[in-house]
Amino acid sequence: MGEYRAGNWVGAGRPFMISFDNVAYNYGGGELLSDMTLRLAPGSFHFLTGPSGAGKTTFLKLSYAELLPTAGHVTLFDRDVHGLTRDDVAMTRRRIGVVHQDCQFLDHLSLTANVALPLTVAGRHTGEGDLADLLAWVGLDKLSAALPPSLSSGERQRAALARAIIMGPDVILADEPTGNLDWEMSLRLLTLLVELNKMGKTVLVATHDLNLIRQAKSQVPARVLRIAKRRVQLSGADL
Amino acid sequence: MKAVLASVLARLVPAEPADAVVPPSGHTAWLTSFTAGAMTFLAVFALALSLASGCLADRWSAALERTATVRLSAPEDQIELQLTAVLGVLATTPGIESARALTDEESRALLEPWFGPDLPVETVPLPRLIEVVEDGSGYDGTGLRQRLAAEAPGAVLDDHTRWREPMAEAAARLRLLGLLSIGLIGAAMAAMITLAANASLAATAQVIKVLRLVGARDAYIARAFVRRFTLRALTGSAAGAIAGLVGVILLPAAQPAGGFLTGLGFQGAGWLWPFVLPPLAALVAFVATRAAALRTLRELT
Ligand SMILES: Nc1ncnc2c1ncn2[C@@H]1O[C@H](COP(=O)(O)OP(=O)(O)O)[C@@H](O)[C@H]1O
Ligand SMILES: [Mg+2]
Repeated sequence: MGEYRAGNWVGAGRPFMISFDNVAYNYGGGELLSDMTLRLAPGSFHFLTGPSGAGKTTFLKLSYAELLPTAGHVTLFDRDVHGLTRDDVAMTRRRIGVVHQDCQFLDHLSLTANVALPLTVAGRHTGEGDLADLLAWVGLDKLSAALPPSLSSGERQRAALARAIIMGPDVILADEPTGNLDWEMSLRLLTLLVELNKMGKTVLVATHDLNLIRQAKSQVPARVLRIAKRRVQLSGADL
Repeated sequence: MKAVLASVLARLVPAEPADAVVPPSGHTAWLTSFTAGAMTFLAVFALALSLASGCLADRWSAALERTATVRLSAPEDQIELQLTAVLGVLATTPGIESARALTDEESRALLEPWFGPDLPVETVPLPRLIEVVEDGSGYDGTGLRQRLAAEAPGAVLDDHTRWREPMAEAAARLRLLGLLSIGLIGAAMAAMITLAANASLAATAQVIKVLRLVGARDAYIARAFVRRFTLRALTGSAAGAIAGLVGVILLPAAQPAGGFLTGLGFQGAGWLWPFVLPPLAALVAFVATRAAALRTLRELT
């Protein structure tokens, strides 16, 4: 007998990528998020919506152990984040690619070095060819030597996506990846995320762009999680 | 000089990838080198002081051979009588192991440096010398003098080496102080390097945050700082050690008249000791930076 979890009907005992159990988070000024319970099954595609300030970024930070829940349990790859050592957190982050809202590049390193940073800090190396292929896939092959401050926001977002997936993560989290991109560029980025999902990656995209969600739904069976009244709810299919 | 050493070291210790991703952090670099250099410079002198006073203490202690002399001058007809009396007194004094009158030949040998070999011992009225050997428990000098005065008025006790005893003790104390100074210098350097490392880490907080976000372990990030500070301490300390050695070499050479102050230098294998300081400074920097980095990383992210 299965049970319904966000995104899918799943059999009992099946491992989840990310699980929240009665999770609450409080920055100190009262609970921002309360009593959230949900599961992200492998291969699922979710959007996370809600007005600005609702706690989307906070939710994502809970999902890659940047923040620890003030109540309840966050489980990443079957391990409670409360039990993770700092090294465990580092290892877990190698399995979760994050496109941060503000990209988080090292401005003194070239685009290539920034994209390859997760490999570098993991002490791994990739072929020049693989790196070039990845940059070509996000359309940045001409800019490999550029420094991040010289890039446009669309280029930065695509570079951030390239960096998020270079380790071959199981999960991709993107925080408003199309935040300040024009429609055409947004679609391009969405296409990349959809492609990754079709390769089997679990994708969660925080956005308040309803047009983007509608567009995505025509390409993948995406589900929408909405943050409202401090809770995360599975939204209806009427978007 | 420093640049050459740094480049040699860079080749011996190949750069970590972490070095490339953590940008160098400006002013703390020279602060670390300078501190290590200045501290090592001081440590060289503390070391010289310590070794020289150690030598002195040993030399003076050895000189305290626990011997004294009784000089006996008396009219010809009384001399043998008084000699017997002196030997009798000495034999019954607690703390004295043995006493023996020197022969004429021995007296002559002692006096030769002053009067030449042709001294006519027979014609010149020489004092008789009695060598006294203590048994180590010490004797009461004042009491002995009083008893000698009573029984042999021509006898004078000369415990010439005794004045050195407090000097030898002072020299030993000085050696201890020198070693303590080196310890304090090391601790001060560790404190300074910890502060510099913390400042450097704080200045690089944004980079560290990004590195943590992309999955860097603390040890990886710490290594970039540890390696940098260790190399800086090593090069700075090497420069300080060389400067300190030059300073010691330029001190006036040891002279008997100058006593302790002119003896402040290294002897023989002692010259190797200053070369221990730079690796020691590097070790201190390594430990201090590693501790600071791992602690600060926990606070930063
Ligand atoms: N570090 C923080 N300390 C205190 N309050 C914070 C912090 N980060 C975010 N907040 C607050 O939490 C709320 C949710 O922020 P965030 O998760 O960034 O929302 P969203 O991404 O949906 O816009 C906001 O009101 C914000 O001001
Ligand atoms: Mg946000």
